[in-house]
Amino acid sequence: MQTATWMRELGRIFKPEDLLTSRAEMLVYEYDGTIFRELPGAVVFPRTTGQVVELVQLCRRANVPYVARGAGTGLSGGAIPAKNGLVVSFTKMNKILDIDIPNRRAVVQPGVINLDLKNALQPYGYTYAPDPSSQKVSTIGGNLAENSGGPHCFKYGVTTNHIVGLEVVLTDGQVMRTGGKASKSPGYDLTGLIVGAEGTLGLVTEITARIISLPEYTMTMLAVFDNLRKAAETVSAIIAKGYTPATLEMMDRNTIRVVEQVVKAGYPTDAEAVLLIETDGLQDGQQRVMQDISALCRSSGAREVRMATSEAERELLWRGRRGAFGSLAKLRPNVYIADGTVPRTRLPDVLDQVYAIGEKYHVTIASVFHAGDGNLHPNIMFDAQDAEETKRVFAASTEIQKVCVAAGGSITGEHGVGIEKREDMLLQFTTEELALMHRIKKALDPEGLCNPEKILPVLTGGV
Amino acid sequence: MTIKGFTGPDVPVYAEIKDCIRCGMCLPTCPTYRELGQEMDSPRGRIALIKAVADGRLSLDDPDFTLHMDRCLVCRNCETVCPAGVNFSHLMEDTRSQITRSAGNGRSIQERLLRFVILGQIFPYPARLRLLGGILRLYQRSGLQALVRWSGILQRLPGHLDSAEALLPQLSKDFFLPQPEEMPPPPVYPIRRVALFSGCIQSLIFADVNRATARVLAHNGCQVMAPPLQVCCGALHSHSGETDLARDLARKNLDAFAAAAVDAIIINAAGCGAMLKEYNHLLHDDPVYAARAEEFAAKVKDINEFLADLPLVPPQGRLEWTVTYQDACHLAHAQHIREAPRQVLRSIPGLELIEMVEADYCCGSAGIYNLVQPELSQEILQRKLGHVIDTHAQVVASPNPGCALQIQSGLRQKGLSMRVMHPVEILDRAYRQPAAN
Repeated sequence: MQTATWMRELGRIFKPEDLLTSRAEMLVYEYDGTIFRELPGAVVFPRTTGQVVELVQLCRRANVPYVARGAGTGLSGGAIPAKNGLVVSFTKMNKILDIDIPNRRAVVQPGVINLDLKNALQPYGYTYAPDPSSQKVSTIGGNLAENSGGPHCFKYGVTTNHIVGLEVVLTDGQVMRTGGKASKSPGYDLTGLIVGAEGTLGLVTEITARIISLPEYTMTMLAVFDNLRKAAETVSAIIAKGYTPATLEMMDRNTIRVVEQVVKAGYPTDAEAVLLIETDGLQDGQQRVMQDISALCRSSGAREVRMATSEAERELLWRGRRGAFGSLAKLRPNVYIADGTVPRTRLPDVLDQVYAIGEKYHVTIASVFHAGDGNLHPNIMFDAQDAEETKRVFAASTEIQKVCVAAGGSITGEHGVGIEKREDMLLQFTTEELALMHRIKKALDPEGLCNPEKILPVLTGGV
Repeated sequence: MTIKGFTGPDVPVYAEIKDCIRCGMCLPTCPTYRELGQEMDSPRGRIALIKAVADGRLSLDDPDFTLHMDRCLVCRNCETVCPAGVNFSHLMEDTRSQITRSAGNGRSIQERLLRFVILGQIFPYPARLRLLGGILRLYQRSGLQALVRWSGILQRLPGHLDSAEALLPQLSKDFFLPQPEEMPPPPVYPIRRVALFSGCIQSLIFADVNRATARVLAHNGCQVMAPPLQVCCGALHSHSGETDLARDLARKNLDAFAAAAVDAIIINAAGCGAMLKEYNHLLHDDPVYAARAEEFAAKVKDINEFLADLPLVPPQGRLEWTVTYQDACHLAHAQHIREAPRQVLRSIPGLELIEMVEADYCCGSAGIYNLVQPELSQEILQRKLGHVIDTHAQVVASPNPGCALQIQSGLRQKGLSMRVMHPVEILDRAYRQPAAN
């Protein structure tokens, strides 16, 4: 089909205000939160599942690749279009369809912003647990595609643990429903297959999410360490003792110093690391748990433990954590947020290796991460205009991933593979494992039009 | 179309364009993105388009470029949340200045005419402004306004005359003139000497806010003067890309205030305050005025900011009012002043301050935005009004005349009796209230 023809066909499916094709409009859909770029041929804003079905069928007839897009804040290039392909922006499918408290389920369209869902649930005393730091901006659909995490995912689980049902438009235009409000469903876990597939297996048009009651009581403390290893060992010690804090976040010396310059949260700038520990749940007994954790921190080498005694103090402790990325971003033009996971007992060793890699490639690393999950985020500051420096940053990132995999971890915790880590999948999986993934992709997307050239590396010798 | 890039003066600074890391944190704070849901109408998208023009990938004269640049409210909410500290308003103002200078821009004849008449021929001249004010006042008092509104004739005329007319508030009975006669008697032992920047809209429509400001300052031990030759601050011009007109006005004001040996220059309109504090940026390469602009800008204080820094004379009278405070964008996002007006209001015995949701979200007024983008402006206003009404407060305190007009007209259309007042008017009322007990 000629370009002009499929454009005209798009015009039959979408009203003019829901279809973009001009030069200026394409220029703002060539990017996401990464440094990757590719110009699309058109952008559409579906408002109904029916429109999504029609567009998928049209793309199939016209052989045009398409990619779903939420807020475009992804960190691995997952929403970057194929050249002259179609961007399917879900920002106008942004309704909360149902809040069902007795069943503890919310049904939403994919374009609902994560925090908007939380705000809608709050009056009922409920919340949606996954809290990526982009939660004010990013959509549930995007979170689902990337299987996003966040500080509270240590206790509550990542996105896939909270998605229980989907409506998916498959690449042949069929509408598939998986799971639902009931808590169990037989057969293959197709919901689980779609979550985290980065939009490569179909377009999600409706999401049923698990919601949980807000905790009755929350306590927050900051443990200050003169030794990074000891801080990392403390993380495992707390968990091994049987405690499950709501968050267990760690920041290193470089982060603390930058945060204190910009945000002034009152962190001690001479510390090597801090742990931000929060517990939540019933008020009864929580004080005792916090005291135990505090004692454990001290016996594991914390030089100081600060317990927030008011909402204002709690807010101040969190301000530093929340402001960390922003503070780092002010320092240099770009921040590369590396992302990988390891079994948490390996954190002390892996962190040592990460800093050694930083020295080897002459890049400054500042870590702020979900220690409870063993999910590292070494932030590397650089200038993307400097090609040589950028090369060093990516080389360092690849080496960090190797270290994570060698430690029994993974190349990404919550940012996805996208374009960026496509080749790095080879570090994690054998050819046979990747070939199996290729076969799954082929079964669901035989034409290869649904967010092509993402996640799976090309295997030499074919599949 | 041939690619036309940025040229001449006021080219957006490339290093500042590059500050944007495209993380997208600005998206949900942007009123136009919230309403339209498309990237071109987000701060990140606008910066991407500015960069595309700078990189020669898009023409300055592309009508889409003008469209999306002109849709920005310059509310600067994005600056507050930007992790990379992008100076968005400078980029936008320089870009609009480029669009204005480019003959091939996509603005309609109507809009160009509106810009020429309002920004070029009326606002720079206080006498013409007062004349226009006088005519409008006559229109209101003669009963003609009632007739026109009843007839609905404006809806049938081209342009956005009806939406402009709907905004028209009751003009002040006596316009405020920056003259010694308007000044309250100085305190016997003045602790500070200050100059009042009276503003153009403020003097015609909210003359009593200026009078209240002068009285409150005097009550707090200040000797107040108002240089008579001052003109419009130029904020409307600068935001609209009429940068040269803004510079002319800035220079006139620097001359007008040159002789005033004062400790501070007090402004009670947030939009004007933000502009006055940036005169140094506006005139940074003016060989004659740059240094003077620097000195002037450093002295400018918003009235709330100034009062909160003083040991404020506590009001003795009680006001049993419920009040909700609306953060004007150009106070909260541009000047980073949030706590001071709340502090002023909380100092009043009996007054209950009720916080609204999204107090620092734009109301859609944005200078002349509600005249040139009436539909979008109305949609943004409705979101704001919802939050205002939910507080059930009796009074909305607003530190900016544009916001006050916009919110007032919205409340009037809904038939609500909530009043809009400047925080300083409320404080003035408390001062004039007989002492409790």
